[in-house]
Amino acid sequence: MEALFAITLGIMVTSGVYLLLRARVFPVVMGLTLISYAVNLFIFSMGRLATGAVAVVGHSERYGDPLPQALVLTAIVIGFAMTAFTVVLALRSMGEVGTDHVDGQEPTE
Amino acid sequence: MALALIIALPFLGIVLPLWLERYGRSACAFGAGLAPLAALVLLLWQRERVFAGEVIVVRQSWLPELGLDLSLRLDGLGFLFGLLILGIGLLVILYARYYLSKQEPTGRFYGYFLLFMGAMLGVVLSENLLLMLMFWELTSLSSFLLIGFWGYRTDARQGARMALTVTGGGGLALLAGILLVGHIVGSFELSAVLAAGDTIRNHALYPLALILVLLGVFTKSAQFPFHFWLPQAMAAPTPVSAFLHSATMVKAGVFLLARLYPALSGSEWWFYLVSLTGLTTLLIGAFMALFQHDLKGLLAYSTISHLGLITLLFGLDSHLGAVAAIFHIINHATFKASLFMAAGIIDHETGTRDMRRVNGMWKYMPHTAALAMVASLAMAGVPLLNGFLSKEMFFAETLEQHLLGSFYWTIPVAATLAGVFSVAYSLRFIHDVFFNGDPIDLPKFPPHEPARYMKIPVEILVLLCLLVGMLPGYTVAPLLAAAVSASLVGNVPEYSLAIWHGFSLPLLMSVVALVGGILIYSLRKFLFRWYEGLPAIDSLLTFDQVIKGVILTSGRLNRLLENGSLQRYLALMLGSVLLTVVVALVPLSELGGSVPRSPVDAYTVLGMAILAVTSALTVVFHRRRIVALMILSGAGLMVALAFARFSAPDLALTQLSVEMVTMILLVLALYFMPDRTPAESSSLRGTRDLVLAGGCGTLVALLAYAVLTRPYDSIASFFLENSLPGGGGTNVVNVILVDFRGFDTLGEISVLAIAAVGIFGLLHGLRLPHPTFDYFGRPWSGDRHPLILAVVSRALLPLALVVSAFIFLRGHNLPGGGFIAGLITAVALILQYVSLGVPWSQERLPFSYHGMAGAGVMIAGLTGLGSWAFGYPFLTSSFGHFHLPLAGEFELATAMLFDLGVFLTVVGATLMILANIGHVSKGEAGQEVL
Repeated sequence: MEALFAITLGIMVTSGVYLLLRARVFPVVMGLTLISYAVNLFIFSMGRLATGAVAVVGHSERYGDPLPQALVLTAIVIGFAMTAFTVVLALRSMGEVGTDHVDGQEPTE
Repeated sequence: MALALIIALPFLGIVLPLWLERYGRSACAFGAGLAPLAALVLLLWQRERVFAGEVIVVRQSWLPELGLDLSLRLDGLGFLFGLLILGIGLLVILYARYYLSKQEPTGRFYGYFLLFMGAMLGVVLSENLLLMLMFWELTSLSSFLLIGFWGYRTDARQGARMALTVTGGGGLALLAGILLVGHIVGSFELSAVLAAGDTIRNHALYPLALILVLLGVFTKSAQFPFHFWLPQAMAAPTPVSAFLHSATMVKAGVFLLARLYPALSGSEWWFYLVSLTGLTTLLIGAFMALFQHDLKGLLAYSTISHLGLITLLFGLDSHLGAVAAIFHIINHATFKASLFMAAGIIDHETGTRDMRRVNGMWKYMPHTAALAMVASLAMAGVPLLNGFLSKEMFFAETLEQHLLGSFYWTIPVAATLAGVFSVAYSLRFIHDVFFNGDPIDLPKFPPHEPARYMKIPVEILVLLCLLVGMLPGYTVAPLLAAAVSASLVGNVPEYSLAIWHGFSLPLLMSVVALVGGILIYSLRKFLFRWYEGLPAIDSLLTFDQVIKGVILTSGRLNRLLENGSLQRYLALMLGSVLLTVVVALVPLSELGGSVPRSPVDAYTVLGMAILAVTSALTVVFHRRRIVALMILSGAGLMVALAFARFSAPDLALTQLSVEMVTMILLVLALYFMPDRTPAESSSLRGTRDLVLAGGCGTLVALLAYAVLTRPYDSIASFFLENSLPGGGGTNVVNVILVDFRGFDTLGEISVLAIAAVGIFGLLHGLRLPHPTFDYFGRPWSGDRHPLILAVVSRALLPLALVVSAFIFLRGHNLPGGGFIAGLITAVALILQYVSLGVPWSQERLPFSYHGMAGAGVMIAGLTGLGSWAFGYPFLTSSFGHFHLPLAGEFELATAMLFDLGVFLTVVGATLMILANIGHVSKGEAGQEVL
């Protein structure tokens, strides 16, 4: 299970970073989203992967680690705010300079 | 207390001259002198304790985490330097009163002067090395201000800049050196450092620490090859040269040698570095001094040479050498300060310092001439004057060392040679200026004696030269003894201050120096002609070229790295991250840990496979944006399922609802953007990016695997045990959010609200063109609000709100809570906007989303503050069980109120973001995107 999880994370990060390095804003935002998925899963997994161990007192015999869960929960919401901010920043810069290239100008060559 | 006051007084005294300036120069100088005078009295007050060998240390804790304390130390060495700084400082203040003209800003001059004086006192009276360093830098800064006092002159500006660059750079090296010493010793307190000499010398970092400290020393004390700044600093007003560049600041370097002598000396490194630098400086300074035509230039190079002599004495690494060095510090300060003052008087009265024109002054100012001649003879090392005594000790010491092996004789020979030149340039100062025919073409003619009081400081200093020279035992002995004992931490060798030691080799060397000097001076015409023929090295020009070269190189490097392409920066950054992490992970011997691997089941494999494939497909289709987005949302849903699978229902719910909001956001944004990405990456760049991305992915995968297979210990049990008794809820994740870590959550919802407000601001006034055709030229559908969606969404709204309320209420005990409920409400509301349009929805939803987000943060914050009213710390929660007829028993917790704040913030912020992007389209009125 650990190896499977790790490999999946690796593929997600690879895809995310590749998109992050593209020249247009939209793929960059998609890359950011993918990376934040991976990072959230990674942080979450620091409390170890357990099935049937919900952290609700009295509902199961063993409990997963609730702390990474609480951290990731807010991270997901803040991640949305960050994505929104990036997208709107991109829209604004499109409105100002008329291109969605990350450098704010169309490539010259 | 007295110690702190001695340092503080000059700083406090800065206001006096500034205030008294309006009452004339005398009042101004008087005001400037008050504080140093009081400090001098305070210092002398401690005399008996210091002479008795006591080390007075006061400590005041300041930043103990950094090892930086306000601790001060007064011992013999500090006392000696304090005396020089305050005593000569007071004389220079009196002198400067007559030196500066009426038009000059006297108050500002004295202000800088006192600033320097305080800083210098700080250097010599600090017990903490970091504190000392702070004052050390302050001396460099105030010296910059003083050299550049005549800022309208180019040479003053250039000289000031050069001095600051060289001494400031040295200060940086010294900082590093002292940090290393502090690291080795474990303390920055001098008492600890001085006691740890053996630890320091045996440490592997000793050579590095020593070299760094010596860089600071050599730059400050103008040692070769950093000596060039001192002649350029002569652009300063002469009182400044007399005080900073002969008596005090340049002595800070050699002071540090004396101070750290027990800690750093006693090794081959020390011997070779310090003595050879000192020897070279001694020779070059003495040689160059003879060929200067500028009076102050001669004195500057002579100062360099004498500083070299002191450094050499410390480098000889014998206790007697240190005694001679400290003795020479005192003597040099007295005769050189008086010589500078005399040079200033001559400059002041004749208008020039060129020795080829200033001749025959004996006729015009016999009094000044007599004083300058005595001081010059002291500089030459003529018997019965103080310079003779320390020079004699110096010659004797050069004969004692055997460290150069069979070449041991080179040091005494070089010392004698330097002595020869020193006699020659001293003679030149006397003969050229006061005799040698008549003055030639002076700007001010005829010159005459200066104001009576301008000569008093010179007279006092010359008198000291004579007294020390003739009666050393009755004058300087106790002071020297105290300083030496402090510098050597008690290991004082036997030494004698007698004038007559019998016929000895050192005496012979003195005689050779005197005779040789006279000989050289008589041959000066030939020597000057020969010197003119030498290729000239303009240190200012060279320095400028070096600085220009540095700027050019850094500019080139900058352009190479910073070419304006964000992609490139990002690639560089990711590459560096990869490199750093790989280097850090190399020591990891085994990838997998000891924890038994958990079994794999088919559902998880399928889920993970879908997650991996959707991620990869997003990349494959990334140029067709809408397709890629749909695939990406699939990945998001799989993440939610993964959370659900691995026992995190709260996360699954949150991820699910956030996924929806994110997709709405991205689709909205995509509306304004081209829906295709042009192919523009070269294959080279594509390969580079793929390698980088693959590297990052591999690293994350390895890291995750390595961590997951290792045992771990968590603080989870605390939360699990205390959730119910302490927070009144069974859903531990929610209790952590609203109770244990409530302060974090408060911060996070504040960030959310701020981001929303920021987005609102960014969208304000933004109008984007309204696209009418898609990529293939097909027109957008004219059916703006499809009927079925409109009907369904209206019916769904109340249902969704009920679900949301349910999720919210049960959140404390079961998966749910403010975050998730907020997101569900937001999704339900945004659906109305999507299906029915902005105007329709706004009419029926008359909430201000700003107000809602703000109210949310307020409620959460006030809930926290509420606990203050009951005398508990911020955000202490309380809960109780209540019984209502019909409804039965239920539980109320203040955390619920906090969660309500979270809920409102999430709803307000999300809608503020989405609803505002909805109407940024340009075009006819009413044409909204939503």
